[in-house]
Amino acid sequence: MSLLSLTGVRREVPLPDGSVLPVLTGVDLDVAPGEHVAVVGRSGSGKSTLLNILGLLDTPTAGAYLLDGEPTDRLRARRRARLRGEVFGFVFQQFNLLPRRTAAENVAAPLLYARGRAFLTRGRAAREVLDRVGLGARADQVPERLSGGEQQRVAIARALVRRPRVVLADEPTGALDVETGARVMALLTEITAETGAALVTITHDLSVAALAGRRYRLEAGLLAPLDAPADLHAATAARTGTGLVGTGQVGAVPPGEAPA
Amino acid sequence: MIAVLGVLTEAWGEVRVHKSRVVLSLVGVFLAVFAMTTVTALGLIVAQVQQEQAERAGGRAATVSVSAFDPATGLPPDPEEWDAAVAGLVERHGIATAATISWADGLYRLPSGTRLVSTRRVTPSYGSLHRVVPIEGRWLHEADRTSLSPALVVNEAFLAALGVPDLSSRPTVVLGGPRPVRAAIVGVVREGYGDELVVYRIDRSGGPWDQPAAAGAGAYQAPPSLELWVPPEQADEVVATVRNDLQLALPGVQVDAWRVDSEGMAETLAVLRLAIRGAGVVVLVLGGLGVLNIGLVTVRQRIREIGVRRSFGAGSGRIFAAVMLESVCATAVAGVAAVGASIVLVRALPLQDWLGQGIPLADDPGFPVAAAVEGLVAATAVGALAGLLPAIIAVRARVIDAIRY
Repeated sequence: MSLLSLTGVRREVPLPDGSVLPVLTGVDLDVAPGEHVAVVGRSGSGKSTLLNILGLLDTPTAGAYLLDGEPTDRLRARRRARLRGEVFGFVFQQFNLLPRRTAAENVAAPLLYARGRAFLTRGRAAREVLDRVGLGARADQVPERLSGGEQQRVAIARALVRRPRVVLADEPTGALDVETGARVMALLTEITAETGAALVTITHDLSVAALAGRRYRLEAGLLAPLDAPADLHAATAARTGTGLVGTGQVGAVPPGEAPA
Repeated sequence: MIAVLGVLTEAWGEVRVHKSRVVLSLVGVFLAVFAMTTVTALGLIVAQVQQEQAERAGGRAATVSVSAFDPATGLPPDPEEWDAAVAGLVERHGIATAATISWADGLYRLPSGTRLVSTRRVTPSYGSLHRVVPIEGRWLHEADRTSLSPALVVNEAFLAALGVPDLSSRPTVVLGGPRPVRAAIVGVVREGYGDELVVYRIDRSGGPWDQPAAAGAGAYQAPPSLELWVPPEQADEVVATVRNDLQLALPGVQVDAWRVDSEGMAETLAVLRLAIRGAGVVVLVLGGLGVLNIGLVTVRQRIREIGVRRSFGAGSGRIFAAVMLESVCATAVAGVAAVGASIVLVRALPLQDWLGQGIPLADDPGFPVAAAVEGLVAATAVGALAGLLPAIIAVRARVIDAIRY
């Protein structure tokens, strides 16, 4: 059985002029436990909206979203929040670390919403995960004193500290240089594989998408398989020579239009 | 339990991280609670001083004064008949406190010469009825009636005229007249205006110096008056009853009775307290507006953080409680500090001396517990009210936008 299952999911956004903007027009997606799925798409294609729906931060306008086989449209707000904390770990493009809290406090923050032993031992748990991402020595540093790569590693540690079943990464390398981004993605892939968590990455970077077992392209509100390994390898090889890391853009980006 | 602990931990964490902002916003609350609590405490002390000053002059609420004299001669009734009539009256009506006062001229041999001083001859109960509190020594008591040396309670001007600084030398003064006697000064009160000499003496005693003939030719003694301490609501009834009873007991004597305490004092003090409380509330509201203002500004700056916490699994209730408690925790701490500072200030300053011209209060109100409790409750309530709007804004924030941008 799929861990996450979207069927015909639509998401429309009302605009100030009274019209409706269709963001997702019928997305079908299944994610199995431990699977790594990547979704690529241009800016404004609805990638983040899809991720927010998966992470129970947003709700579909129509369609079905099953979590562990349970329809999510009937979940009460409180249970949605609890499931969000227990099932999902989020990694954001801009890291979104809590300012003026140390790395350890940031990593421990999700455990403030846990229960029982997990809450009480949050400090120790945070330091263990920071050790795992190689930042044990910097646990007491505030984010402002960490490099971009270190901040994203703290964010990854934070996403994993509650041992989520799914890690949702929204442009995890978007604010990093190529090399740092590659190292961060390698770490993220490795750790989620270790813990058995599914990883859903949305990105506009083909080389990031290339790390996933399954890849999709989101275009015009629809999800379609991205089956062009030759293109992917060509793009990444041309960029780095490694065949894995690159910044090739998906789809035809009009000149002058910067990716998000 | 864990959830409550979590909310408190989160709120405290916010307060700790945003120390500068919190301290800044709390300055207003601290000052407001400090001002309100201090003003309330001062108000109670001022009211107590006012009340005791009024009671020293006119007696406690309600004091009924009774006087009796022969309308033909102007002389007071026979002391034994008067005593019997008063005793019967007090016993019949169960009057708790009755005091007799009369004015008599006394000749006091002072270093500067013998002076005639109008002396108040009173029963010991006069002290409690008029809240007389000596600043040194003691007040008159029953045993003074059998003392071989008349006991006197004088004011500071009398002591100065006698040339002694205090009672440490056990000063005495000779009362002149046909039967001179050396009297002991047993207490000092702070009364009188300027150099006015004030002397209290026990109403009567068994010594030969206290017989009518000993007063000396021409020495004036006014008819005694009786003061009765009765419940205020029964004062009018007592006035009529006492007049009637004493006239029956003392045929041929004219009896007058009237209320002498400040009747409107309770209402005046209530208005004073209300005004003080109103001023305190205004100050507190202004302080609360400051907290609210800073809370509103900062919650908008923290929308991204709130969105991130949502992604950790924080529900609306938890976000609301955390933002609200952050405000409540902070203002409660400010309230405790403000009440503490207020207690230190009020207890450290010699307020009773300043307000009561150095006369100690008979009933020291201390630091009013009610003011302290009110201060803490008010601080917490201000925190809750000031946290309400930011908490609502935090809950209604668009989480998706907050996380993304």
